[in-house]
Amino acid sequence: MTANPTTRDRQPAAFDERALRKALATTPRPPRANALTAAVTFGWRGMLKVKHVPEQLLDVTITPVMFVLMFTYLFGGAIEGSTADYLNYILPGVLVMSVLFTTVYSGVALNTDLTKGVIDRFRTLPIWRPAPLVGALLGDSVRYLIAGTVIIVVGVILGFRPDAGVGGVLAALALVVVFAFGLSWVFTTLGLLLRSPNAVMNAGFMGIFPLTFLSNVFVDPETLPAGLEAFVDVNPISILATASRGLMEGSAEASDIVIVLAVAAALTAVFAPLTTRLYRKA
Amino acid sequence: MSAVPSPLAIEATGLVKAFGDVRAVDGVDLAVPSGSVYGVLGPNGAGKTTTIRMLATLLRPDAGGARVLGHDVVDEADAVRGLVSLTGQLASVDEDLTGRENLILLGRLLGLGRQAAKARGAELLEAFELADAAGRLVKNYSGGMRRRLDIAASLVVPPTVMFLDEPTTGLDPRSRNQVWDIIRTLAGGGTTILLCTQYLDEADQLAAGIAVIDRGKVIAEGTPGQLKASVGGGALHVRLLDPEQRPDAERVLIGELGSVNEEADPARLSAPCAEPERGAEAVAQLHRAGVGIADFSLGQPSLDEVFLALTGHPAEEDRAQDQDAETISEAGVA
Repeated sequence: MTANPTTRDRQPAAFDERALRKALATTPRPPRANALTAAVTFGWRGMLKVKHVPEQLLDVTITPVMFVLMFTYLFGGAIEGSTADYLNYILPGVLVMSVLFTTVYSGVALNTDLTKGVIDRFRTLPIWRPAPLVGALLGDSVRYLIAGTVIIVVGVILGFRPDAGVGGVLAALALVVVFAFGLSWVFTTLGLLLRSPNAVMNAGFMGIFPLTFLSNVFVDPETLPAGLEAFVDVNPISILATASRGLMEGSAEASDIVIVLAVAAALTAVFAPLTTRLYRKA
Repeated sequence: MSAVPSPLAIEATGLVKAFGDVRAVDGVDLAVPSGSVYGVLGPNGAGKTTTIRMLATLLRPDAGGARVLGHDVVDEADAVRGLVSLTGQLASVDEDLTGRENLILLGRLLGLGRQAAKARGAELLEAFELADAAGRLVKNYSGGMRRRLDIAASLVVPPTVMFLDEPTTGLDPRSRNQVWDIIRTLAGGGTTILLCTQYLDEADQLAAGIAVIDRGKVIAEGTPGQLKASVGGGALHVRLLDPEQRPDAERVLIGELGSVNEEADPARLSAPCAEPERGAEAVAQLHRAGVGIADFSLGQPSLDEVFLALTGHPAEEDRAQDQDAETISEAGVA
């Protein structure tokens, strides 16, 4: 007994008791969602976030445009003799670079997600365990596609005319996105190991930045010191850039494409299970 | 392992979970009957959240084990996940989506078709009076609306066992009453609910059985009535108009109720008082003795008093240390 009654003063209820009873009573348990449905649903979640906060696409659109303009007009004349020639060389390279830079954000986004309560709900759902991760990366792939498309459109406006036409460009874009999907598993692993989104961002760029610059994205490696040239030649990012140039010019070598796909598959095979394990234990 | 039919919805024996050197949960036993609301009561950092996370398959126990509806939470985690739902301490909804999108998302993940998920979402938004806010981002919801959505999200496919971790912490009294009403309705429908709370009042209002937990151990168990009786009932609180009259007031209260508790504020007095009639008589005696009273109340024992009685230390005392434990557990989550 208390002197100040607490609960029984009747306020308008915040719910319709009868409707609630009905809602509880009528639902038979549906069959489990299959793996594909679950993953695609998580991809849809990623898309919804873009829809609600479209500004977040700025980093995947503005930055690449800046890169294209900066490298073409700042370095083009010096490196290749003319900006038009250099554009043909660098555009596939910048496509590779900007899409790969975007993959770091997959790890950052996952790390951010972990600080939210909703992750607990996802982890108590009876679904295919990797679904939240695979789904998020499917959604991110759409971002990669957007980043890549922006680069190509800007390039075309500046005078980029690839020999292999639309088909070649689309093939190159597809190859880059597939590689990015594989690479982003590295960053989701990082996203689960590090403590803050900022740490993921820093560590991610500390790795991806030198790897990208020590490739043939910007310059032909022939002028490099021998040791460096050897590294640049085996750097998968170089091979990806070479394959993309080849696809756009109609002179791609099958071996390059196979190597790129194999590296993407290997990264996925190693880091996807690792990410899933860490996610389950997180 | 086969599912052994059990009258107990949740059965935990010797659950242990340590984070570094801190044993957040240190041998917890629980037996929760089917179809009841069971309260797990304790201060911040007592190990409530860690316990609930083990039962909901989010954490693997270091030792001991638990079965939910007959399924082992480690070996048959997936079967458990199909039968339970969790409303966590942090709101377990996606703040960057709308209320409607949250419910459709969960509906799809739980196996409903596109149309069925939409219809189910609409039905729940209606039932929880959230239809008007359906298209708004959850981060713009009030605390009470967010909680209601959170509970609705747990009901997209009605669970057999529901875990509620401090569902009213941080809510204003009106929203709290709404959540209580929802919990009562759910319990009335036969759902087993494990309710973690730091409010004795809340456990008292809702739970048929309560386990009091402190420093990772269950230190008392029983019905709310038994628990309060074990603490020796409530207390009479009096605030004097004139602190100078305190000696007179103390004399009267000791005469009527036997003893007076220590209070820091010289104008305030309290005395243990199990029976309301004797409290009323004591107030009348104060008046007859010419002691001016600003106000008085006859209260149930607070969680602090329960703790003091059960453990010999107040619930607050270990905050600092226990919050460390909670922080570590959060870090373990991240």
